[in-house]
Amino acid sequence: MSVATPPPDTPTTRHDAVVEALKRRFGEQGVREQATLTGWPVLWVAREALTEVLGFLRDKSQAFEMLYDLSAIDERLRSHRRDLPDADFTVFYHLMSLSRNRDVILKVALGETDLSLPSVASIYPNANWYEREVWDMFGITFEGHPHLTRILMPPTWNGHPLRKDHHARATEFDPYTLTVVGQDKEQQALKFDPEHWGMRRKHDDSEFMFLNLGPNHPSAHGAFRIVLQLDGEEIIDCVPDIGYHHRGAEKMAERQSWHSFIPYTDRIDYTGGVMNNLPYVLAVEKLAGIQVTERAATIRVMLAEMFRITSHLLFLGTYLQDLGAMTPVFFTFTDRQKGYEVIEAITGFRMHPAWYRIGGVAHDLPRGWEKLVQGFLDWMPKRLREYERAMMENAIVRERTRHVAAHTTTEALAWGITGPNLRATGFDFDLRKQRPYSGYENFDFEIPVGSNGDAFDRGQLRIDEMRQSLRIIQQCVDHMPAGDYKADHPLTTPPPRERMLQHIETLITHFLQVSWGPVLKPNESLQMIEATKGINGYYLTSDGNTMSYRTRIRTPSFPHLQHIPALMRGGFVPDLIAHLGSIDFVMADVDR
Amino acid sequence: MSWLTPQVTAIIIAMLQALAVLLGAVLLGAVLTVVERRLLGLWQDRYGPNRVGPFGSLQLIADMLKIFFKEDWIPPFADRTLFVLAPAIAMASLLLSFIVIPITPNLYVADLHIGLLFFLAMAGINVYAVLFGGWSSGNKYALIGAMRASAQTLSYEVFMGLALMGVVAITGSFNMRDIVNAQEGFWFVIPQFFGFCTFLIAGIAVTHRHPFDQPEAEQELADGYHIEYSSMKFGMFFIGEYVGMVLISALIVTLFFGGWHGPWLPPIVWFALKTGFFLMLFILLRASLPRPRYDRVMSFGWKVCLPLTLINLLITGAVILLVAPE
Repeated sequence: MSVATPPPDTPTTRHDAVVEALKRRFGEQGVREQATLTGWPVLWVAREALTEVLGFLRDKSQAFEMLYDLSAIDERLRSHRRDLPDADFTVFYHLMSLSRNRDVILKVALGETDLSLPSVASIYPNANWYEREVWDMFGITFEGHPHLTRILMPPTWNGHPLRKDHHARATEFDPYTLTVVGQDKEQQALKFDPEHWGMRRKHDDSEFMFLNLGPNHPSAHGAFRIVLQLDGEEIIDCVPDIGYHHRGAEKMAERQSWHSFIPYTDRIDYTGGVMNNLPYVLAVEKLAGIQVTERAATIRVMLAEMFRITSHLLFLGTYLQDLGAMTPVFFTFTDRQKGYEVIEAITGFRMHPAWYRIGGVAHDLPRGWEKLVQGFLDWMPKRLREYERAMMENAIVRERTRHVAAHTTTEALAWGITGPNLRATGFDFDLRKQRPYSGYENFDFEIPVGSNGDAFDRGQLRIDEMRQSLRIIQQCVDHMPAGDYKADHPLTTPPPRERMLQHIETLITHFLQVSWGPVLKPNESLQMIEATKGINGYYLTSDGNTMSYRTRIRTPSFPHLQHIPALMRGGFVPDLIAHLGSIDFVMADVDR
Repeated sequence: MSWLTPQVTAIIIAMLQALAVLLGAVLLGAVLTVVERRLLGLWQDRYGPNRVGPFGSLQLIADMLKIFFKEDWIPPFADRTLFVLAPAIAMASLLLSFIVIPITPNLYVADLHIGLLFFLAMAGINVYAVLFGGWSSGNKYALIGAMRASAQTLSYEVFMGLALMGVVAITGSFNMRDIVNAQEGFWFVIPQFFGFCTFLIAGIAVTHRHPFDQPEAEQELADGYHIEYSSMKFGMFFIGEYVGMVLISALIVTLFFGGWHGPWLPPIVWFALKTGFFLMLFILLRASLPRPRYDRVMSFGWKVCLPLTLINLLITGAVILLVAPE
């Protein structure tokens, strides 16, 4: 079982097709290849050609339907930049072709004095928020952007946090003070101004109501604010406002060792637990060149699927509660508790075990784990059936969710929707099947798909997904490979303790890795996984140090929230609540 | 004791009875807040409040102490007069309705000829509580809640009255005691089944109980019309809702389930048992159903319930004319 290998098929030939097409169109000079460990072609293009290249790739012949990610790197302190174009800042565009299962990453070099790019929001609508984030974090402007304002940081913030010259620690700033005047200023800055967003306050003779839903609202699922322009109860338009849960996880990654960043990943999608560790450690292992053992990979799959179930149970309870059913959440939490009992016995923690390690997992499975896991596997199916019978077959639930906030596959792809929300539209794309990682190719399971892409399908699909996860876990129990739970590799962190007590060499490595952290060779790597809420990916840049030079965390919930206004125009307030419940987002996953 | 004439005694007894009914209703409403939480706990696979006193029996006292000592805050942007008036209306209109309900042959407050109409009038006044509360709070959520409540109450009151006309037609009286007496051995729920169904639905809607709690829908409006209320003003809305539940249950019993009638047991026990049953039904509904969308509730009222009550009334009229064509 290989974990560190790039996606299936023969990558070289397939990649060449895209690269060659681009070279044919834009000339050898127009696209410059960079060798990385991302598994996909990384191409440098000129700023002037960007819009044209993206348009070309978006086109039917190349079919890159989705802008998967867009962010930037501050290159000014990077020492290993051999063979790369001169750049103070790099903006990268990660495009995905889900229909042909291939990706391409485009990079644009920018000089410090001229930090500006054309906006691509007209080609990929979901570029809107990503460009705002890049402006917020790096101070790079996008010409022609409809509304280039801060998105994650407060509107009053000074500086651009992901720049290398912006301090990382609060202690590097002056002590924080908040005067009454300052508080008024902050509050004033949060006040919603409809004209600012090009909204009208009146229509003919009726006035619109602007309703501020959140950041504290029972159905906002965390600190999320969405301002509604209402005509009666009909939503004319709405503006989601995020950033209240921003903790600067990407910045923290730049001052934590490769190893000590693992607990931070747990808290990205805080309902996903070790599922978040997975893309990170897989990406680090690519950089380190570690092949984990079959046992470690299988343990990882088992725990990841356990967390998929607990996350989906939380979803199901809150989704039904948002529809006004107050009881199901207590039942799903009972089930979730049973799941956590298993997780706790294996990892020692419940929600945030930070249990995966570079090169394996923290420890071996405890004695008697099979019985525990089997108990959970036997418990769940009848409960899932009960939820279907009591709730998903209930007339009111159906009425509240069927054809509510429905979208098509094309629309989903254009907005960067992934995971169950994409599959609810009937599009069968699951990374566990399409680009297996951590040994998913060895498991026998199905990918449930919906048909209408509405709030009902998004709910039902997750119940079906839990059944498949149970199937996967059952196979883990039945066929758990023997062997070591950690890879035999110098960069495995921490190194096996048993040997550390015997070998002076291992002892030294242990000491260095625990005090400084492992040093990874300069390169770039990328790992995407099918997380609980959609595709979660870590794009790591190493500069040959104990810490990451840049860690880009692409989370599924971010584009899911961006899609809300496009769906909700013309809906009613209760539809919005049903939709919010059906997206399955957590704000930590949006704001990072 | 020359002043203690039979007339005076009668007045004193009547006053005591009125006081007993009043206190009983308020107390029952208050106790129900705890009973509901315990029952919900039972149905939801958890305990509910069980810490204060044996089996949580003193929870009510703890809650009341807490709510009495909360800061009674009136938002500076609120319309003070209406803001204060609203919870008083909420409580008073429902409590006043109790006077027309005969609990036993001897225990009642007022034997009004227009008993049923009096209740409908009070239910009509009750909507002002929500309307005033929502409007005067100066809060958009409260306003939307009040808007929903007014529209919903108005539409559901239309057929609530009509649903009862079948009963009135059979009895030939608006007097509640006459209605109960007419049901000796033959409950009106049988001939007036559709009337019962629609009245039950309308009753839930008028008291804003789940699944017709759109005016305060927590997930949507974060408590709707009483979002700005605190302390005892909130308490009055809160207890008012439970008093409303008791009232509707008592009315259903009186109008469709023979009131105090029943074998073996004393009348008051029968009345209490029947009312208790419907109170449980209210709570069970809340535990088991999701909330339909507000516009569907409205169209359900106008398109299903209203025609149903009209058909019911027509058929009842036709049958009465056939059976007793005098």
